[in-house]
Amino acid sequence: MIWEALTLGLGYNATLVTLGAAILGIAAGVGGSFLFLRKRALVSDAISHATLPGVGLAFVVMVALGGDGRNLVGLLAGGAVSAAIGLLCVNWLTTRTRLAEDAAIGAVLSVFFGFGVVVLTYIQTMSSGRQAGLEGFLLGSTAGMLQSDALVLALAAALTLALVLILRRPLTLVAFDPDFARATGRDVNRIDLAMMGIVMAVTVVGLKIVGLILIVALLIIPPVTARFWTERVDRVLLGAGIVGGLSGYIGAAISAAVPDVPTGPIIVLVGAALFLISMMCAPGRGVLSSVLQHRQYQRRVHLRQGLLALAQGQPIYERLTRRLMEQRGLIRGDGVATEEGRAHAARALLDEARWHVVRNDQAYAAAAQRYDGLTEMQKVLTPDQIRDIDARLPAPQVMMP
Amino acid sequence: MNLKLARDNGAATDAERRLASPLAVRGLTVSYGQKPAVFSVDMTVRAGHMTAIIGPNGAGKSTLLKAALGILKPLAGTVTVLGQPVAWRRDHIAYVPQRASVDWDFPTRVIDVVLMGMYGQLGLLGRVRPRHRAQAMDCLERVGMADFATRQIGQLSGGQQQRVFLARALAQGADLYLLDEPFAGVDAATEQAIITVLKGLRDAGKTVVAVHHDLSTVRDYFDDVFLINTQAVAEGPVETTFTQENLQTAYGGRLAGAQMDALAETLSGTSAR
Repeated sequence: MIWEALTLGLGYNATLVTLGAAILGIAAGVGGSFLFLRKRALVSDAISHATLPGVGLAFVVMVALGGDGRNLVGLLAGGAVSAAIGLLCVNWLTTRTRLAEDAAIGAVLSVFFGFGVVVLTYIQTMSSGRQAGLEGFLLGSTAGMLQSDALVLALAAALTLALVLILRRPLTLVAFDPDFARATGRDVNRIDLAMMGIVMAVTVVGLKIVGLILIVALLIIPPVTARFWTERVDRVLLGAGIVGGLSGYIGAAISAAVPDVPTGPIIVLVGAALFLISMMCAPGRGVLSSVLQHRQYQRRVHLRQGLLALAQGQPIYERLTRRLMEQRGLIRGDGVATEEGRAHAARALLDEARWHVVRNDQAYAAAAQRYDGLTEMQKVLTPDQIRDIDARLPAPQVMMP
Repeated sequence: MNLKLARDNGAATDAERRLASPLAVRGLTVSYGQKPAVFSVDMTVRAGHMTAIIGPNGAGKSTLLKAALGILKPLAGTVTVLGQPVAWRRDHIAYVPQRASVDWDFPTRVIDVVLMGMYGQLGLLGRVRPRHRAQAMDCLERVGMADFATRQIGQLSGGQQQRVFLARALAQGADLYLLDEPFAGVDAATEQAIITVLKGLRDAGKTVVAVHHDLSTVRDYFDDVFLINTQAVAEGPVETTFTQENLQTAYGGRLAGAQMDALAETLSGTSAR
């Protein structure tokens, strides 16, 4: 069943929803990337909650004009207008008052959401309101999604992607170094507004599928996940698109295959699973990798210290050091150095003596910066340079192998 | 106010010199809230010279620089570059911010930071071509960081980060270089590398203005000084303006005796010269 859903074999409607969710995921991941890089992830929370009163009021207005209150484009347009107002409120509060951004976000989020709930409650009392299904915008609902809905979604998502790609340089500049951006004549506030406008577009588009409470997750989890795997902005964007798209696709497929499972929350949970895997397993920044690197580094330190102790004829007390050296056949069980151990120890001592020369010579300042007590000199300097250094070593050490 | 202006050319009027100056500030006031950080400051930078902006902590040195660049909005005053508003002449100005002003864990490599200096030239969608990359590498070469081009910026030492910022400014290909405390917290090798690059720029006819905090190196590094303590204190060539009297005025007696003694040595060097 799940397999059929993943291969789009569950019929027209399920396919529509799955593809729609994948497109939304890509747009949200890419759109949210700069929000994350600019360290303003929570702004998206204010934006998404600020859509609710707009959606409600749009319904009321459309009904009052005698139309169908459930027209998706109309509802989303209403949501966009109130989200824009909320966004401008946050922006105004942070730039023009002494309020910090987190406080501004908290204030705007709760006020708009509260107002939205009031409007929804009023709609419940309207005769045409009971079938409105506006609660679906809270947690998302994909039941009865039309082809036209999916088309609107795809179009908006494509537009968002295009906008991010066009603006990627100014957005990168502002996220990394806003002062430099200003000094080169860029209007940082306008670029920030553009970034949040992109986020707003994704949010509004995602209301139908994921719902306003969970859309934040779809904006933030993908870039955070991608960040574990790369050190480059363009790849964060690419990775966030992939993670977001996969979350949307797999999540929607699962919820289509398993009865009574909500789409939005499953999409977010799939994203969270990808995040967890990345956090644990990513090379470099991942948790496991950090632990391994630390352990490896610790072993190198112990080995080096053990060899230097051996070379200077000092006893080795630490258990880890002894074990490591025994494993490598450098010492015997009773702590006496083997033939190989003595050779290694002499080499370590010579290396240390060479470093001593390098670190006391301004001419080698660049190389001296790479001294960490572990790196062998051969990896830093050329044979010629080492010969020059050896010539300046105190006599007895040059004799050693 | 004891404002001594440099007299390059006795015949030139103030207005003429401002018109020819790569950075002229007039009546500049910047305030955070109700308290001015910089008050009614005039500054006329000489073209093709290196100027140090000097003053005690909180004297408005960085604020002056940022307002001159348009990063901060001044309450009053004008800034002109060769007689034109600074906004029209941005492509003539390169900027090196304080190192601590950015997050060095940002996902970007050294070469990408240098390329940021060329975004203006690249435009929104222009491809980064081999010649752009070569130009960026050349800038890294000049600050001795070419070997680090593909490193993540977080892996660099403080001095190396500062050099990358300087390389980005070089990539801007400007005529006027504004630096905010370029020598703060860097190693001796980096300080040497930076000053060599800056002097090279000056010798090539460029203008360099740096916020500077190490009084003992002013004489070796700079041609002109601008002393500030919220208000301008003195301006002119190091020989005539970097005097004990002006320093005491700028620092308002806050210079410790020991600092003063150490300075006296370099200062007495002047009169002998």
